[in-house]
This record gives sequence, C-alpha cells and structure tokens, in this order.
Amino acid sequence: MIPEFGHFALILALGLSLALAVLPAIGVVRQETLLMHSASSIAAGLFVFLLLSFFCLLTAFVQDDFSVTYVANNSNSALPIQYKAAAVWGAHEGSFLLWALIMSGWTLAVATFSGGLNLDMKARVLSVMGALSVGFISYLLFASNPFERSLPFYPPDGADLNPLLQDFGLIVHPPMLYMGYVGFAVPFSLAIATLTTGRLDAAWARWSRPWTNAAWAFLTVGITLGSWWAYYELGWGGWWFWDAVENASFMPWLMGTALIHSLAASEKRGVFKSWTVLLAISTFSFSLLGAFLVRSGVLTSVHAFAVDPTRGLFILIFLVLVIGGSLLLYAFKASGIKSQASYQWNSREAMLLVNNLLLVVATAAVLLGTLYPLLYEVLTDGRKISVGPPYFNRVFVPIVTLLFLVMVVAPHSRWKKTSSNLLVRQHWPYLVAAPFVAITITLMMGLALQWIAIGMETLALWILFLLARKWWLSEFRISSASYLGMLASHSGIAMAILGVVVTVYYSEGRDVRMAPGDVVTLSGYEFRLEGVSRVQGPNYVADQAEFHITKSDKEIAVLRPEKRYYSVAQNVMTEADIDPGLFRDLYVALGEPIGDSAWAVRLHVKPFVRWIWFGGLLVALGGFITLLDRRYRRITKTVGKLVAGVPA
Amino acid sequence: MSDKMTLNKSLLIPLGVFSLLVLFLALGFQLKNPHLLPSALINKPFPEFQLKDLHDSEKIRTLKDFSGEVALANVWGTWCPNCLIEHPELLRIATEEGISIYGINYNDDVDKAIAWLMRHENPYEFSVVDNEGILAIDLGVYGAPETFVIDRQGVIQFRYVGPVTHAVWQEKLLPVIEHLRRSESE
Repeated sequence: MIPEFGHFALILALGLSLALAVLPAIGVVRQETLLMHSASSIAAGLFVFLLLSFFCLLTAFVQDDFSVTYVANNSNSALPIQYKAAAVWGAHEGSFLLWALIMSGWTLAVATFSGGLNLDMKARVLSVMGALSVGFISYLLFASNPFERSLPFYPPDGADLNPLLQDFGLIVHPPMLYMGYVGFAVPFSLAIATLTTGRLDAAWARWSRPWTNAAWAFLTVGITLGSWWAYYELGWGGWWFWDAVENASFMPWLMGTALIHSLAASEKRGVFKSWTVLLAISTFSFSLLGAFLVRSGVLTSVHAFAVDPTRGLFILIFLVLVIGGSLLLYAFKASGIKSQASYQWNSREAMLLVNNLLLVVATAAVLLGTLYPLLYEVLTDGRKISVGPPYFNRVFVPIVTLLFLVMVVAPHSRWKKTSSNLLVRQHWPYLVAAPFVAITITLMMGLALQWIAIGMETLALWILFLLARKWWLSEFRISSASYLGMLASHSGIAMAILGVVVTVYYSEGRDVRMAPGDVVTLSGYEFRLEGVSRVQGPNYVADQAEFHITKSDKEIAVLRPEKRYYSVAQNVMTEADIDPGLFRDLYVALGEPIGDSAWAVRLHVKPFVRWIWFGGLLVALGGFITLLDRRYRRITKTVGKLVAGVPA
Repeated sequence: MSDKMTLNKSLLIPLGVFSLLVLFLALGFQLKNPHLLPSALINKPFPEFQLKDLHDSEKIRTLKDFSGEVALANVWGTWCPNCLIEHPELLRIATEEGISIYGINYNDDVDKAIAWLMRHENPYEFSVVDNEGILAIDLGVYGAPETFVIDRQGVIQFRYVGPVTHAVWQEKLLPVIEHLRRSESE
C-alpha cells in the first residue's frame, strides 16, 4: 500500500505544481490579489506532498519491499540500514525524486522569505518555479517512476546497492549537489520574472544575491565532497578526473561564480545588468544541461547509471522549452535594459568584467571538451574519440592562472577607478614576500625547486597575504558579512590552489610488488609489509594487508588496506587505507596477489592533498557567511512582520 | 510597453548558440543505439595482427596465439570508465566459466595499462598493445569496451559494444557460446 500512497502523493504534487504555474500567473494578468496570494500556500502544499512521496519510498526501502522494482534493483535485506536509506537516491528514479523534492523546498523557501518582494513580483517568481516543477514531476511520473511494482513475480531479495556507493560519501554528496543545481532555479526564476516586467533595478540584483550565494555554496560542498569521495573510495588516488559527470557539476559552478561577481557589480554600481540576467539564465541552464548529459546516456561515464533514450528525449525537450524559451524572452526584453554607470580600465568594475569573461571562457573550454567526443562522432559518422585530462589541463590551467592573477588585485581595487600608485604601493611588499616564503618552505620540506610550482604557490600566497592584510587592518572586526564571506571564499581558493599545485608537483607514487617483510622507501617514508590475512566483514570477505610506516626509525602509522569480495553483488573492491595529515597523506592500496605470498601494491605520498578539500569547504563557508549579511536579514525581519500582520 | 519591443539582434546570439548545441545533442542522441551495432565482421575470420605483448615488449603476438577454443577478445583501455564497470564480470568469466579472454589494449599508455591490471586484477590470457589502433581499425572498433566472441576456427561469431555485465553475459554472450560449443562438438 505504501508505494501506492507515494505514487498518489506524486500525482497530487503534479496537480499542485500545475496550479502553482497557472493560478498566480492569471492573478498577475488580471491583477487579482487573491490569486496572487494563493502562490505561497500552493508552494507549501507542493512541498508537503513531495515530502510524503519521498518518505513512502524511504519506507519501502527500510521495509525491504522488493515488489517495488526500484527497491529490488538497489537494495538488499543484508544492507546496513543507513545505506538502505541512502539507496533511496542511489540510482536514477530516486535521485530525481530527491531533485523534485529539493526544488519544492527552494520554492517554499522563496515563498516564505520573500518579504522584500512585492506581491506581483512574488507571484511571477513562484509561477516560474511552479512551471519548472511541472516539468520535473511529470518526468518522474511518465519516464522514471520509482514506485513501479513488479507484481506478481518479484525477487525474494534485492540485487544490492553498488558497493562503490556504500559509503558516507554517497549519503551526503548527491543531496548537496542537488541543493546547488536546483538552487540556481531561484536566480533563474527571478531573472525570468523580472524580464516579464521589464524593470531591472538594483533591487532585483540585491534580491538574487543571497539565493545565488546559497545555491553556489551548496554546490561547492557537493563538488568538494565528490572529489574527496573519489580520492578515498575509487581507489585510484586521484581527486579530479575530468569525467563528464564531474564536468556537468563544474560548469554550473563556474557560471555561478561568474554570476555572483556580476550580481555584486549590478547591485553596487548598476552595471552589466543585461549580462547578469543572461548569466542567471545560463547558470541554471548548465544545471539542466548537466542533468541531460548525465541522465540521457549521450555521454557514457562511470556515473551514468541510467541509460535510457526515452528519458534523454524527455529531458532534451524540456531543455529546449525552458532554456530556448528563456533566451527568446531575453532576446526580446533585454534590449530595454540600460546600464548608465561609467568606469575605467583599472576599476573594480573592469576587473569583475575580466573575471566574468575568463570564467565564461573556462566554462566554454570545459563544455567543448565534454561535448567534443559527441561532436566528433556526429561529424565523422560514428567514429569515436575520447578527450582526457591532457586537453583539460592544457586549456583550463592557463585560463584559471589568468583568473588568479586578476584575483590577486581585484579585491583591493576601487569602484570606478583605482589609482595605479595605490596598487603598486599595496602590492610590492607581498610580491617580494610570497616567492620568498614559497621557496623557503619548499626547501625546508626537502623538496626540489620546480619553477612552475613556485610560481603558482607565489600566486596563492600573494592572494592569501593580501587578504590577511585586509583582515589585519580592520583589526579582525569586519562588520559586513558579505565582505567577510568574500575574504573566506578567496582564501579558500588560494588554499585549494596550494593543495593542487603541491600535490601535482610533489606527490610520489609507485606500483610495486611486495612480499611480507619487504620495505619500499618513498619520499623518506619506509613502507614495510608485515603480512596479509583474511578478514570477514558484514557483507564481504577481505584480504587485509598490514603496513608499518616509519620515517627516520620513528613509527608514523599502521595502514590496513583491503581487497574486498562482495558476495551478493559479486564485486571486487579495493579499499585503500590512508594516513591523513595536514601536510601529507600516506596512501596504500592493495592490488592482486602475484605468485606465492607477494602482492601488487600501490603506494603514494601526497603532500598537501587535504588542502584541496579544506580550501573547497572554506570557499563554501564563505558563501554561507554572506547569508548573515544584515541587508538580507532585514528582508527576513520584514517577512516576520508580514506573517504576523497578515490575518490567517 | 509595445514600443519597447524593438529587437536588438546581438541579444539573439545566446539563443543561436543554444540552438546549435541542441542540434548536436539531438543528432548525438539519434546516433545512440550503442548496444546493437551491425558488424560487417560477423562470420568473418578475426583479422591478422602482429602486436607487442603488453607485459613483455620483446614478444610479438599474432592470431596464432589464440587457443583454438571458443574465446572472447576484449578491447579495453585505462581511460575508459566502462571498462572498469565490466571488469569484475570479465574476471568472473575468466575464472569461473573458464573462457579465455584476449585483451586488446587500445589507445593507451603501456605503464598505465600494466598498473591498471595490477590494481584491478588481470582477466586476460594476454593483452596486445594497440596504440595506433591498427587492429582496432581492422575490427571496426566503435569505442571501448567491445567484446567479440570467436569460435575454434578463429571466426568472429558475435560482437557486443558496451560493458559486459552479468546480465549481458547471461542473455547475450552465453547463448552464443553454448550454441557454438554444442554445434562444434557434434
């Protein structure tokens, strides 16, 4: 019965989303306040029914209802309970239900915290969001229903969740990512609503900013977690693979980053308005495009767990309607938008413009690399080619290096015009100090001097020093949360650059054959294999090796990497073991047995690798900090007053 | 408002770019019927080749090194995520089903390929290095992974494009192999 309830709740949610798309819009056209007011309560109803539907699916998983096809394919009675719950979004249908639920959550949030918007505008925004929900929910119902039953013949037990996904990373990574993807629907809807009124003012930009920052911060957390998960779970010791799905999340992030900066300029100085609207549309479009690329199977990758042409076609049509429609609206309506303010080449406006251009070019480079195999196939009538990290590294790195250069100067520039004298005076001590520190630390750690690495480290340190100076000069009391958030995010980027550069240039790794008693030395660490034994886990058997790692005769760590055999799913998994550290990770993965008692082993020493994810989290934290800004809180307060003031 | 409806042509650029993108996506979509590729090679002998052994660059492998039993030839590369997906099943087929699998390491780096096999175990009798795609072109390879069923006479009997999962083995490859074994033992 419960799956039927869930299905029914989903159908009701579709009805409500239709109502949300249509009723407030009619209200706007006819200027009927009652219809416009209805938007908020419909949004609440939509959220409640999707939540209900979601809980029904969750219940089906927890109760091991294998008559539901989706449950049977992705769970097993022996699966630990937390993974049963996470398996709800472990595959296609359920993850899209989560997507729709999150969409309705953002819609409800807009309905609740919209004190600064007038009724007309609010009705327009919610109507756009309702229309998006209609698309998502009908896709669920008609092309990927998670509640479908396989009666009367259903399996006695489930096929089990892919062991790769039986991990804490899976529990949190997709929800965070979806919060980001779907969150960009808010600035998108605001932009569309504003285009329909034809009035683009500073209020619009101020309104979009906290929502954009929030969505972007969630996306940052999602991407960071994904990278961390790939590092410790996939067993390859890498942290970014330029895989199509990673790119699908990275492109909206790059565009979102451009949007955040462009919104700042639009709000503060009234410049780039038309461009900002286009960015708001594009950012969400890239989220949808990502969904299409991943779900349709147009590009195959590790992540594409659903390869189904009907679904791809549905999403493609949806894409054409939403993105095509928005861009058409943009083409007709944006010509009325004028930006008056003028600025000079060394002003903050100009630097934000350069930031935007570089980010857009970077996105285009990633898009090209992601789609190139497909273009090639279409143009050459079916010949295949794959574009790997070499392309991305060669094209992407120079662009972001330029971006980082701008990032050094821009936060310390002024609106309208910055005096060149001031720039020189501000920067020269740090330009001297940064390479000095980079070289000193490299030598102190006993590493070889690599000039490109030193150059990039200099850039990162230069950024960090200047931000620290700002903070120092303000005596650690920065009143504006937006400003503090910017400092945190920029520092996070600088940290991540340091992590990436040091890891790329100074990691040591080897694949070796080791027998018990063998010692291999890597970056001064001695890895000694003590032995390999059999271990029994809850749903697997494993060969577990024991490594003792010493440096200058001091014991540093004992690592126990495993090779696991999952009996139900008939999978072999490599479970690496890592000794994490602020300045270096020791990483050991067990390969296959070779001959008598010897094993193939992969050893890594990865300096500073953790800085990549600490940096990522700091970037996200910066995004969340900006939400505390007083200017936005005032909006929330108004909401409080309004809610209290409006009779029920 | 209608007087403001004048159209600035440059504002149409984003729409144009998007339309082009959709066109390609739609075309790419048409292309995709990835698992059912007609192969001109079915019932043709496996093409002759002379390629280096992956693990021993001194050794040149040729068609004669195929065992003369019903076997699989599998095109793989470390750059190909789907190869990792099918890998456990290939290992199972090699050990439990006792079918020989010959690897064609396509467009890859030798050191990486050796390391990859070390990490994920080696299901292959041997792998040949096909960096220039010489054999792959003769085979009309569409993309890795691809798997060919070869009979005792070295004739290609079946071709599968995409990862060989357990279901693919059960439904597609096993029937062909059983049929071959039966008809050849008669």
